[in-house]
Amino acid sequence: MSVLVYTENWDGKFKKLTFELVSYASEVAKMFNTSATALSIGKINESELKKLGDYGAGKIINIDNELLTTLDSQAYSYVISDIALKENASVIVISNNNTGKAIAPRLSVRLKAGVGSGVNKLPLKTSPFTVHKKTYSGNAFAHVIIKSDIRILTLTQNSFELIKTPNNASIEKADVTIDSSLVNTKVRDVMKQAGKILLTDADIVVSGGRGMKSPDNWVPLVELAEAMGGATACSRPVSDEGWRPHEEHTGQTGKIIAPNLYIAVGISGATQHLAGVSASKYIVAINNDKDAPIFEAAQYGIVGDAMKILPKLVEAVKNRK
Amino acid sequence: MKILVCISNVPDTTTKIKFNEGDTSIDTAGIQWVINPWDELSLTRALELKDDQSSGIKSVTVAHVGPATSEPTIRKALAIGADDAIRINSESSDAFFVAAQLAEVIKKEQFDIIFCGIESSDYNGSLVGGMIAEFLNIPSVSAVSDITIENGNPVIIREIDGGKEVISISVPFVAIVQKGIAKEPRIAAMRGIMMARTKPLKLFEPLPFESLTEIDVLEKPPKREACKFIDAENPGQLIVLLQNEAKII
Repeated sequence: MSVLVYTENWDGKFKKLTFELVSYASEVAKMFNTSATALSIGKINESELKKLGDYGAGKIINIDNELLTTLDSQAYSYVISDIALKENASVIVISNNNTGKAIAPRLSVRLKAGVGSGVNKLPLKTSPFTVHKKTYSGNAFAHVIIKSDIRILTLTQNSFELIKTPNNASIEKADVTIDSSLVNTKVRDVMKQAGKILLTDADIVVSGGRGMKSPDNWVPLVELAEAMGGATACSRPVSDEGWRPHEEHTGQTGKIIAPNLYIAVGISGATQHLAGVSASKYIVAINNDKDAPIFEAAQYGIVGDAMKILPKLVEAVKNRK
Repeated sequence: MKILVCISNVPDTTTKIKFNEGDTSIDTAGIQWVINPWDELSLTRALELKDDQSSGIKSVTVAHVGPATSEPTIRKALAIGADDAIRINSESSDAFFVAAQLAEVIKKEQFDIIFCGIESSDYNGSLVGGMIAEFLNIPSVSAVSDITIENGNPVIIREIDGGKEVISISVPFVAIVQKGIAKEPRIAAMRGIMMARTKPLKLFEPLPFESLTEIDVLEKPPKREACKFIDAENPGQLIVLLQNEAKII
């Protein structure tokens, strides 16, 4: 038996989230006295693939097939389930990002494997196999028993640390025969914004709410994010008003993020907003209303006028040693 | 073409979650039940498509797996504008069970586009839509933020890391929908509420599918430490604390 981890790549490169997944899968594998096998789909060079071994993968499988150049959830789950069976996997680990959400449910049906979706720590028990996950949008956590012989775990991003356990992993090029009738997603056009730190990848996020009063006031907020090497985000009213793009909306119905540091400026902290950011390791609140509920979720707070505080923070970040 | 919108019945987001004795389920007393937010947006977009006659969408049906107590939520969907509804008379034990039930009904009733919200705000599973598609062996597209019909063919916007893709796909398929699909959820008008009472609601009994997961116990999120306040006159102190105390920058 083995633990299979699906290691997504972006134009042939892995991200921190990939290494987090491999670290996690390797630790799960230890619970079963086995090692993790990583599966990557696409054109990736050997030196990049080898990096997966640094985080404990014992074996790395690479499939490069022209029918798999863009994500088709049906074709991808066919391929991943095929490898899972060949590798005799009893646990499959995938990210809980958009790709994982597209693939995991289909894999579940193919393999009759129960899914622990959005797990945020190692399995609590191997018998019965029990995982820990968020429910009620962060207002509760559940211990979920997965009863099937194969289990699929989708890992919440940034919920597990990177663990370097260098392994001289073998790299295997595998090939699969895919019936073209399984590939139905035809991508006609791609629109990408280049050069920006993605909100979902960022370790630090500076976010503004209605308390920012006007889109013109975002200048010092963006400056702070840039000075800290972070990304910018906003609350729902701000994106609904068109002050900031929809892609920045964090909250229950927007992006759900888990950075190391979330700085909420002029955000009151409604339940719906907290549902999207409550998994952040640290929350800082800056608000002129000392009774705003955001302070209950925050570890650090400043009560005052954001327009006076933000420039001073930018300065302090730039001057720090 | 016929659209099906799968809806889930969830506690209103502002609900304070309390557990029953034994912490294996939530205390439903006093809970206001609503249509899962993403399902409500899907329904809104489905109705917008139907309103545009050139789309060729003839009907919008909603389907739900739940006991009779969830009928007010189904009636609400009918009041918002769905033409008819399906209820599969069962508690929803897990995503695999729910998806299997819905897939069986879809086989019988035949739909062209099946909308599912990307997750439900209670279990946060993000599973049912993709599972239905695999049970039916039809395509699914996840993270859909827009859908239009061009000359009878669906065109989808899919959200990807740092961008969007324009995708064309043929029916039948499952669209797994996220924010952006509709601006605001459509609200039921008085006329809709009156009409909803007489709209058809078909009842199906569940088939004996198994569930693959079960909740062992629920727990409250860990309490965060009390907020440490920093003087607004000296915000630089925050950066010092983040660096030396929290050690995250």
